[in-house]
Amino acid sequence: MTVDPRLHYQTPLKQTHFHPRTMAANRMNSWGPWAGYTTALVYDDEAMEYTAIRNAASVYDLCPMVKYRVTGPGAAAYLNRLTVRDVSRLSVGGVHYTVWCDDAGKLVDDGTLFRLGPDDYRICCQERHLPWLYDSAYGFDLRIVDETEQVAALALQGPCSANVLQVAGFDVSSLKPFRMASFPFGAGHLMISRTGFTGDLGYELWTSPENALPLWDALFVAGALYGLRPIGSNALNLARIEAGFILTNLDFIPVQQAVREDRARSPLEMGLDWMIDWDKGHFNGRRALLAERDGGTSKWALVGLDIDGNVSAEGSLLYHNRKTEAGFITAAAWSPTTKRNIAIAQIGRKYASGSNLWVEIYALRELQYAKLMVPVRVVARPFFNPPRKRATPPERF
Amino acid sequence: MLSYDAIIIGGGTNGLACAAKLQSAGRRILVLEAGVAPGGTAIGAEFAPGFARPALAHIAHQIDPRVMAGMALVKHGLTFISANLSSTALSATGDHLVLSDAAGGRIDGSVSPDDSASWATLRTQLLAFARVLAPFKAITPPRLAKGSGNDYLRLAKLGLGVRALGKADFRELLRMMLINVADVLNDELGDDRLKGLVGFDATLGSWLGPQSPNSLILLLNRLAGDCDGRMAALGLPAGGMQAVAAAMSTSVVAMGATVRTDTRVNRLIIENDRACGVELDGGEAIRAPLIVSAINPKTTFLTLVGPQHLDTGFVNRVRAAKSRGAAAKLHLALTAAPDFRGAALTSRLVIAPSLRVVETAYNAVKYNQVPDHPVMEIVIPSAFEAGHAPPGQHLLSAIVQFAPHAPGQGHDAARAAMLANTLAVLETYAPGIGALISHAELLMPYDIEARYGLIGGNWHHGELSVEQMLFLRPFPGIAQYQTPIAGLWLAGAGCHPGGGISGAAGWNAAERIIKVGRI
Repeated sequence: MTVDPRLHYQTPLKQTHFHPRTMAANRMNSWGPWAGYTTALVYDDEAMEYTAIRNAASVYDLCPMVKYRVTGPGAAAYLNRLTVRDVSRLSVGGVHYTVWCDDAGKLVDDGTLFRLGPDDYRICCQERHLPWLYDSAYGFDLRIVDETEQVAALALQGPCSANVLQVAGFDVSSLKPFRMASFPFGAGHLMISRTGFTGDLGYELWTSPENALPLWDALFVAGALYGLRPIGSNALNLARIEAGFILTNLDFIPVQQAVREDRARSPLEMGLDWMIDWDKGHFNGRRALLAERDGGTSKWALVGLDIDGNVSAEGSLLYHNRKTEAGFITAAAWSPTTKRNIAIAQIGRKYASGSNLWVEIYALRELQYAKLMVPVRVVARPFFNPPRKRATPPERF
Repeated sequence: MLSYDAIIIGGGTNGLACAAKLQSAGRRILVLEAGVAPGGTAIGAEFAPGFARPALAHIAHQIDPRVMAGMALVKHGLTFISANLSSTALSATGDHLVLSDAAGGRIDGSVSPDDSASWATLRTQLLAFARVLAPFKAITPPRLAKGSGNDYLRLAKLGLGVRALGKADFRELLRMMLINVADVLNDELGDDRLKGLVGFDATLGSWLGPQSPNSLILLLNRLAGDCDGRMAALGLPAGGMQAVAAAMSTSVVAMGATVRTDTRVNRLIIENDRACGVELDGGEAIRAPLIVSAINPKTTFLTLVGPQHLDTGFVNRVRAAKSRGAAAKLHLALTAAPDFRGAALTSRLVIAPSLRVVETAYNAVKYNQVPDHPVMEIVIPSAFEAGHAPPGQHLLSAIVQFAPHAPGQGHDAARAAMLANTLAVLETYAPGIGALISHAELLMPYDIEARYGLIGGNWHHGELSVEQMLFLRPFPGIAQYQTPIAGLWLAGAGCHPGGGISGAAGWNAAERIIKVGRI
C-alpha cells in the first residue's frame, strides 16, 4: 500500500529502520527528534549506557545521520572544491573527517567523507545540504543522491566492540582507524568502518534497510556476554564531549542557518585549521580563509576547558578577570571517566591563551539558582584519548 | 618571442577601447579576437551579392566621448553622414510624425498643440535628468564594502551635480527614477504615435515592456548618450557601423597594440590562484601578468576560468545573472526603394504605433512565443549613401522586437514565424515591399548568441535593468572590473555601464586597472 504523501503532517517524525527494536528496548519511553526521526534519548539508565560505551560495548542507531552519495568521474574534483581537505589523498576504503565552507569561508557543516570506490563517495553529516551540493556540482561530471533513507546504520562503540564483531562473524582485527571493510551479510553485505563519535574503540556498521533488524539481532546475540547495550543520545553526548568532538548546531551554527550575521564561524575559529589543505588548489572559501589566516582576523577560538568543582557549566558565559565577557560554553559535563569538570567553549581570540579566565555558572539547587564564579583553565582536547582507540589489532577484553 | 603586459580577450568595442587606454598608458597590449576582424557587434559582411550585411548595431549614439577623443576616431576615418538623425514614428495611414533635433527637439506632423507643449516640457526634464546621470557612466561603480577604493571626491561631485537640479526637479527625479515609462508617457501625453515611439526607444534591447517597472531609467540611459558632442543625438557613421569598428581597430594598431584575429581563447591558465595566461584553440599558450576579458562575463567565468577555480556562491551569481535578449536583427536586400507611405527614407523609421502595441509585442516573449505584431526600428543605409547596395537597390536593416530567445516552438519554426510576422507588419506600413525583397535574413536572439557570443542574445552581455546596473553589474561583488582571480579583470559590456557601441566599459576598466592593478 502506498502512503499518500499529502498526509505527511500526520507523522511529523519518521521511524528509523531499527524502530521495532529500539521501541522494544526503550523502557524509559524517552524519545527526542533528530533530523526528522524519532530517536531514543535514554533506553533504561543513562549512567549504565555511558558505562557501556567506556567499559563494554554499545549500539547507537545512526539512521537519521544525513547521507549523500557522490558518484562519477568528476566526484574527486568536486569534493576537493567543496571541502577543505585534500580528497585526492583519501584512498579507496578510507574515511576522513572534513568540513565545508561558503564563499566567505564560514562553516556550512562538518562530516565524514567515505571513499567507497574510485569514483564513489559518501558524505555523512548532521544537516541537509542538497541545494548547496547541487549548486556546487555545476561544471562537474557527477551524480548526487540523498541516500539517508536507503542506508541502515548503527554505531557499535566501546572497548569490547571488536570482540562483539568477532563473535558475530566479522573479523575486523586488521581494520585500522578511518578504514573500512565489506562483509557478506544476509542477501547483501555489511560495510564496517572503524569510525565513531565516542573517542573510543568503535565501529560504524552500514547496510541496506532489509538487513537492519537481522543485524541488530545478530549483534545482540553476539554481544550478550560483553554487556552490549543500546544507548540513547544523552549517553553518546557525554562521550563525545569527553572525546572533544564538536556538533553542528550545538557548538557552531551552520552559516546557511545563521540568522544573525555574526554567528557564522570559520574553520580557523573552530580550531579546524589543521585540516585545511592550502596547496591542493581552489576550494570554496579559500580566498576568504587565506585572507583571514594572513590578516589574523579570526575573531573566535574554540577551546577545551577544565573547570574547578563538579558543577556542569553548560551554556555559561566566560569572563576575563571576572569582569569582561570573553566567550561562552557550548558543551559541558562532569566527565565520569577523567573525573574532571570539562567544557568546550567559543572564546574571543585574544582570551584564548587562557589566563585569568572565569566561568559564571548558574547552578540550579532546589528551585533556586546559586551563582558561582569559578576559575577555568584552557586545556587540550580530546579530554579522553585512550590508546585502545588506535590499537591495531584491537585489544581483546 | 614578444612579451606583453596584458592580454585582452575579445576585440569588440570595449576590448579595443580598453586596449587603447592601456596601450596609451605605456603598456604592451595583445588583443585576441575570435572573429575574422575586430569590432564585435560593429562589424559586418556581405550577406547577398552586392549587399553588405550591416553590423548588429546600426546607429551610433553611445560612443563614449573619452573613446572618441582618446582613440582619435575622427583622425582614423570615422565621419558621420548624419550626426543628428531624425526619427519617424510611422503611421499605417501615412500620418507620420517626424522627431528631429536630438530626441525630438522639433516635431513635424499632425500633433496637437497640447501634446507639442507637453512633449517639450517632458523632453526638457528627461534630458536634464539624463545630463546629471550621464557622468556616472564614466566612473568605476562605487561599492559599499569597506576598502573598495571608492573615489569619494568624484562621487561627491557627481552627487552634488544631481542635487543641483533644484529641489523640485530632484524630487521629481527620485519619483521617476524607478518608474515605468508607460505611466510617465500616459501622464503627460495623448498622442499614440509619440508615446509608442518613446516607449519603444526605452525598451529597445531590453527584456522589459513599457509597463515593466524601472523601464524609464533605460530611456534616461539612452538619452545620456551622444553623437559628436550632441547629447541624445543619433548618428549614422559614413560606411555604416563597420566604420566605427574599422576606426577603432586602426587606432589601436596605430598606438602599437597587437591585434590577433581568428584567435579563440579556450581557457585561462591559472596557477597559484592567479591568471597568468591564455590557452588558444590550437593549444598555443600565451602568458602575461594581466588578463582582461572583454567578452561575456558568463563565458569568462563558466568556460574560460571554470567553476573549479571559483566559489559556489559566486558561480550561482554568475549563472543567475539575467541575460535574456529579445531583439532580432532583420536584413533585407531590396530591388528598389520601399515606400513607407511617403516617409522620408533618410530617417530612422520606427514602427511602434502605440504603447499598447509595444507592450503586446513584449507579452509574447514572456511566454517564449513569437509576437503577432512585432515592433521595429528601421534604417536604410543605402538611402543615405552609396556602397551599401548595388546602384538603384536598397539595404534595409531593422531591429525587431520582441523575439523569444528560447522559443517553445523550436528555433527554426520561431525564426520563420518571426520573419513572416515582421514582413506582414512591414507590408502594412510599406505596401508592396514584399515584392521588392531579393534576399532576407533574420537573426533571432539565439542566432545572435551563436554568432557574436552574446549569451541569451542579449546585446548588453547581460540585461541592462536597474537590478543589474552600476554596482550591481554584472552582479554584486565584482562591479569594479576586478575578479576574485588575481590578475583577471573584466572589461566587457557585461560590466558597468553596459552595452551599445560605446567603449565606456572598456575605458572604465582600463582606468581602474591602471589605478589599482599596478601593472
